[in-house]
Amino acid sequence: MTAQFLFGGAGLVLFALGIWSFLVHEPLLRKLIALNIMGSGVFHLLIATAERGDLPPDPVPHALVLTGIVVAVSATALALALGRRLEEEDPDG
Amino acid sequence: MSRRASLAVSLLLGLLTLLLLWVFAQALAQQPGPRLAELAATELPRSAVSNPVTAVLLNYRAYDTLLELAVLLAALLGIWSLGAASPGYQPAGPALEVMADWVVPLLILTGGYLLWVGAHAPGGAFQAGALLGAAGVILRLAGHQRAGLPSESSQRLLAVSGTAVFAAVGLATLAFGAGFLTYPPDWAKWLILLIETAATLAIGTTLAAAYVGGQPPENPEGVRSR
Repeated sequence: MTAQFLFGGAGLVLFALGIWSFLVHEPLLRKLIALNIMGSGVFHLLIATAERGDLPPDPVPHALVLTGIVVAVSATALALALGRRLEEEDPDG
Repeated sequence: MSRRASLAVSLLLGLLTLLLLWVFAQALAQQPGPRLAELAATELPRSAVSNPVTAVLLNYRAYDTLLELAVLLAALLGIWSLGAASPGYQPAGPALEVMADWVVPLLILTGGYLLWVGAHAPGGAFQAGALLGAAGVILRLAGHQRAGLPSESSQRLLAVSGTAVFAAVGLATLAFGAGFLTYPPDWAKWLILLIETAATLAIGTTLAAAYVGGQPPENPEGVRSR
């Protein structure tokens, strides 16, 4: 139970740190990293809820996290490409 | 953001974190309610795979995985629509080239193993596809302008293959009366393996092409001029 709380709680802390960084920092790259850290926090929490004591862990949150990771990676790649294109169009802005 | 505003944000987020931690602790202290895990475990023998995560991904919730492949494809289309890729930064040193020669075949081999083992142990299309994508990233870093991928038209086919095969299997099961992505039990293992193979190729191609970061260059070895 303690380990589960620490693991999920670490996810919540990561999530909060991600929101903080997302709101406070201006550059797009830092916002993207912050969004990814928020996502990692949510994945942490989901994996923590899959724990079921002595029984094998719940496979449904594991599958959701696997799906989420791929979606997060592809969204990040698209955002990076958009950001680079924006910089090419307007190097000062 | 002004100093005062960022202080206020930090304070509010601190309170939010404490609240969420309290809620999580309360949720853990209560007895867990009914979960899908029991259902997933009892239906596992009928799913044709013995790894419960693969059963959830490719059988019980195959819709999710199909849409996820569509998301990957949409992201790649977005990246390609933004114009041509920029060339790599500089030629790689000899040590990196030799390492790429060693690591890339091993990554492909490990990807194939993970794809096969996903039926009964942790592994599957996503892990295998991620390894293939990593092989592409290493090739790109070692100076291959197209990250080891074939020409653009072949890349298009590969990137679409995951979604296309998945949807075709779904439509075929629908046509034979079982319902969208409801596999007949005798065929389920092979259908899942077919979908996973196509998905692995599509994920690996998409990730490597996304790392290239634009429409693939025409001449892979030469430095592209803008």
